Amino acid sequence: MPDHALLPLTALGARTPRVDSVGGLTITEVPDVALASLACRRGCDAALAATAEALLGVALPPVAGWAGTGPYGVFWTGPGQWMVEAPYATHEDLPDRLKAVVDDAGSVTEQSDAWVRFDVEGEHALALFERLCALDLGRMPAATVQRTAIDHLGCFVQCREAGRRYGAYGPRSAAASLHHALLTAARSVSRDRKVFP
Amino acid sequence: MSQTNRLAGGGLIDRSRVLTFTFDGRTYQGHPGDTLASALLANGVRLMGRSFKYHRPRGPLSAGSEEPNALVELRDGARREPNTRATTAELFDGLTARSQNRWPSLRFDALAVNDRLSTFLTAGFYYKTFMWPRSFWEKVYEPAIRKAAGLGRLSMQDDPDVYDKGFLHCDLLVIGAGPAGLAAALTAGRAGARVILADEDFRLGGRLNAETLTLDDAPAADWVAAILAELASLPTVRVMPRTTVVGAFDHGVYGAVERVADHLPVPEPGMPRQILWRIYSRRALLCAGATERPIAFADNDRPGILQAGALRAYANRWGAAVARRVAVFTNSDDGHRTARDLHAHGLEIAAVIDVRSDAPRSPDYEVLAGAQVVGTAGRLGLTGITVRTADGGTRKVSCGALGVSGGWNPAVHLTCHQGARPRWDAAIAAFVPGPDLPPGLAVAGAAAGTFSTAGALREGAAGALAALADLGVAATAPALPRAEDAPAGITAFWHVASDAGRAWLDQQNDVTVKDVKLAHQEGFRAVEHLKRYTTLGMATDQGKTSNMGALAIMAELTGKPIPEVGTTMFRPPYTPVALGTLAGRSRGDDFRPRRLTPTHAWAAEQGAVFVEVGTWMRAQYFPRPGETHWRQTVDREVLAVRSAVGVCDVTTLGKIDVQGTDAASFLDRIYCNGMAKLAVGRVRYGLMLREDGMAKDDGTAARLAEDHFVVTTTTANAVAVFRHMEFCRQCLWPDLDVQVISTTDAWAQIAVAGPRARDLLRRVVDPTTDLSNDAFPFMACAAVTVCGGLRARLFRISFSGELAYELAVPARYGDALVRALMAAGADLGVTPYGTEALGVLRIEKGHAAGNEINGQTTARMLGLGRMVSSKKDSIGAVLSRREALDGPVPLRLVGLRPVNPADPVVAGAHLLARGAPTTAASDEGWVTSAAFSPHVGSAIGLGFLAGGEGRIGEIVRAVDPLGGTDVAVEVVVPHFVDPDGEKLRA
Repeated sequence: MPDHALLPLTALGARTPRVDSVGGLTITEVPDVALASLACRRGCDAALAATAEALLGVALPPVAGWAGTGPYGVFWTGPGQWMVEAPYATHEDLPDRLKAVVDDAGSVTEQSDAWVRFDVEGEHALALFERLCALDLGRMPAATVQRTAIDHLGCFVQCREAGRRYGAYGPRSAAASLHHALLTAARSVSRDRKVFP
Repeated sequence: MSQTNRLAGGGLIDRSRVLTFTFDGRTYQGHPGDTLASALLANGVRLMGRSFKYHRPRGPLSAGSEEPNALVELRDGARREPNTRATTAELFDGLTARSQNRWPSLRFDALAVNDRLSTFLTAGFYYKTFMWPRSFWEKVYEPAIRKAAGLGRLSMQDDPDVYDKGFLHCDLLVIGAGPAGLAAALTAGRAGARVILADEDFRLGGRLNAETLTLDDAPAADWVAAILAELASLPTVRVMPRTTVVGAFDHGVYGAVERVADHLPVPEPGMPRQILWRIYSRRALLCAGATERPIAFADNDRPGILQAGALRAYANRWGAAVARRVAVFTNSDDGHRTARDLHAHGLEIAAVIDVRSDAPRSPDYEVLAGAQVVGTAGRLGLTGITVRTADGGTRKVSCGALGVSGGWNPAVHLTCHQGARPRWDAAIAAFVPGPDLPPGLAVAGAAAGTFSTAGALREGAAGALAALADLGVAATAPALPRAEDAPAGITAFWHVASDAGRAWLDQQNDVTVKDVKLAHQEGFRAVEHLKRYTTLGMATDQGKTSNMGALAIMAELTGKPIPEVGTTMFRPPYTPVALGTLAGRSRGDDFRPRRLTPTHAWAAEQGAVFVEVGTWMRAQYFPRPGETHWRQTVDREVLAVRSAVGVCDVTTLGKIDVQGTDAASFLDRIYCNGMAKLAVGRVRYGLMLREDGMAKDDGTAARLAEDHFVVTTTTANAVAVFRHMEFCRQCLWPDLDVQVISTTDAWAQIAVAGPRARDLLRRVVDPTTDLSNDAFPFMACAAVTVCGGLRARLFRISFSGELAYELAVPARYGDALVRALMAAGADLGVTPYGTEALGVLRIEKGHAAGNEINGQTTARMLGLGRMVSSKKDSIGAVLSRREALDGPVPLRLVGLRPVNPADPVVAGAHLLARGAPTTAASDEGWVTSAAFSPHVGSAIGLGFLAGGEGRIGEIVRAVDPLGGTDVAVEVVVPHFVDPDGEKLRA
């Protein structure tokens, strides 16, 4: 628990995360995520891979990959770049922990409040994302992450369970717009609609 | 009596249910499965509209999306949609439609007087007539023409429906669900490929629905139903009825419009009315069929004259007769099929007029071989035709409907959307898809010029097999049913030569054979010129039933073969698309996403007025009770900052984290001024230039560690600067060890400005940080903690010219921080200020912002010329030293103050020397920014003035020709407060 007396707000501006259920789809705001970006310094690939794995318990994933164990998750965001996830409640100091192990092999930047995450779950999840982004989610297996544009916003979409559970990271300042886009699409697809497996 | 022309049996309509609808206020009945056109015809209504130019009475020509005539205003109130094709509008209970382009009524239309004036209203009429007197154009001619132009009326209300967009992916996109499309989808679906089968109709089956054909000796409808049932059971097949593929784009991408709710009285809550799909296909097969073309002859536009194929479609699919006594005019065997079908339905066939002397005979009705229709009668609907028989005589034939068949045009449109041209096939006298198809697209069935049912089935299956083989998917051809396989017997025939009456080509735009002749006579012979001179092929139907006939006539006139005349360019969309569909969800407040600052909710609680700044919503000012004008509020906020302390959310300024062992070298190359030697714990103002030497953006760089900087940018250029840095890092200097990432959203950043700023911060920043001027001087920065331990960053920088800081905390704590600052500073007079006050403060201080760094200005113009370091290289540095860059008398940033304090200073006003004429030639600069300064007590401005640095004290004129102001202003140094910077260093 922090020592200070300041109370945080979620990205949607409330004390508690927002949960919406629309036609079999549940959209949940997930504020309990600490994020830190990890970028490889020039010529330090091996050192970064080794030191990061020592902390995270998994190897840094390849293109479009996600890996995780215990409190940590990590996904690829670009050549030599990854985003590390951990519960905010216990890992608010994630960047410090990460920097402590990777040292000069990597650049670490706090990203916890740069993003908002919405988890989307339900049998129409594919239909929902069909309305929102150009990704071919029907061919996206679990434990993968793709970057895309949703409602003009640069987002990461994580597949947690193919066809059913996804996470969408978008810019925190546009959380309300992203949430609105998700809700609108959910209402739009709320009737039964056949989609590709 | 209701539905007088509904046939006794047959048709793919649900006769067990009755739907009630109105047309022009009169109530009618139809059945599920009807279109508005089929239901009206069943009720004996042939007259459905008036033509565009001559207001000629018109009925439907077709039974599909190619319809030029039967356009109506569908629905009421805000949902009223003009120019809707009655031939595709699906009937629902309570449907309301009105005819359009007529006054006072459809039967009696006053503007039909145009028809009497048709001799004068030929092609090119406007261009020739409205040239004189010139002054009449804007005031008289144009308003009058605009009033007369157009067909339907907009509701002028907001569209209450919602629209959506989406993205689909497939191995094979099958466009059209006739026999070819169904065979293709079945073949690919059984192989496990991802298939999308899209058809514009609400009932799949294509022409099979309109014919009396059998497949394997059973009605075609049975086969269609069985195939659709199987397709529905295949997990990788997506069947999309009511979906028109409207465009073929690059890389196998197709645009499609799905009409989700157009067949419902009102969409269900949340349900989009239409969806614009972007379909990413690996392969596509066009099975869009063909469109029947009419033959032009005198007065061939009367209600009751239809495509022969449409006539039998209305009978076979909808059980509707256009009239009880019918004639057919044809140049092919296909016209005879219409006669046979209608005869089988019990209708009387008055005659079949076939231009071919060897026309097939019939035991059931008279066939006039080698004959032509040369005239028609009936003011509001056909009553009879005049036939010129093979022996040269004429004969009157009484009939209420005439089916015309001039052959079929394959629907080649999508094959040409990327610039390809179709190929002429003399065997069917039509254009077929050319060899240069869009990559990944193949064509099957009637769209490829194969008109028999067996041929369509065969080509559909083969097309799918070929596409799958390309993709490496194993597939086998399905067993196809036995079907008719008759060759197309046709003799090319385009128009009946006659001097009497007008022979209509484009019924939507009232273009006649004579108009084409006139275009030829006046030299508009290329098809694209012909189109624009006569308006042929324009408007909602894009000439689907008319272009072919017109260019055949042009070929005759020019003595060229038809393929040499060619076609006009086919462009998307294939059929009209509502603007709402193109907009999708992006309209009104949802036009684009909005970014909210971390203190947005708090600012809203304070009653802030917000303003859009790019995509951000920022607090513009915070009115208090009793303040009746925004200026009162802004003046108060400005004075509070100058006299006590103010707080302002500046999160929107871009923040970029720059790390790496070469981070300092990197910034040295990005900024024109030196950054490499900036000490850790210090901030420096930086200016970056474009490659051409012009100013690009400004901001600050704070060095948090040897290998770690935080760079700020302007709000407007946050993304552009980040992109620029990524480009430089990846492409220009990949050898540098530097990593960049945006942290704009991650940190809530609050400006704390004013002489009491330090006092306030001492109450918030934890005492472990010494904020004294010695320990934390101007341009210092540090990682600190606030409010008992929250990590934060503190920068002592000033935009206002006051003692000022910017304090950043993780964004989730931004709201709590501003509340803490307001609570802690109550006795210090802490005042929230918005962007308006921010602007006034920076103008008073003479800080350049977006108005000054607008892409047209240089470092020297901004008074920052000496910042461009000569000790190192940086982007734009060399070109910024071009001698001619600033011109012979360089513009310089100056301050401007009105001689009369009551006068306004207007941004955008031009600066002219006193006594100079108010002309562009006398222009000496312009006012970039202006505000009322409560500190100065008058309006003030910043601006660029030729030779400005040497003209301090001079009086010049600020002239705003648009607003009509001409104000004497004194040129002053651009620092209205604290020119020596003592306050910000205090």
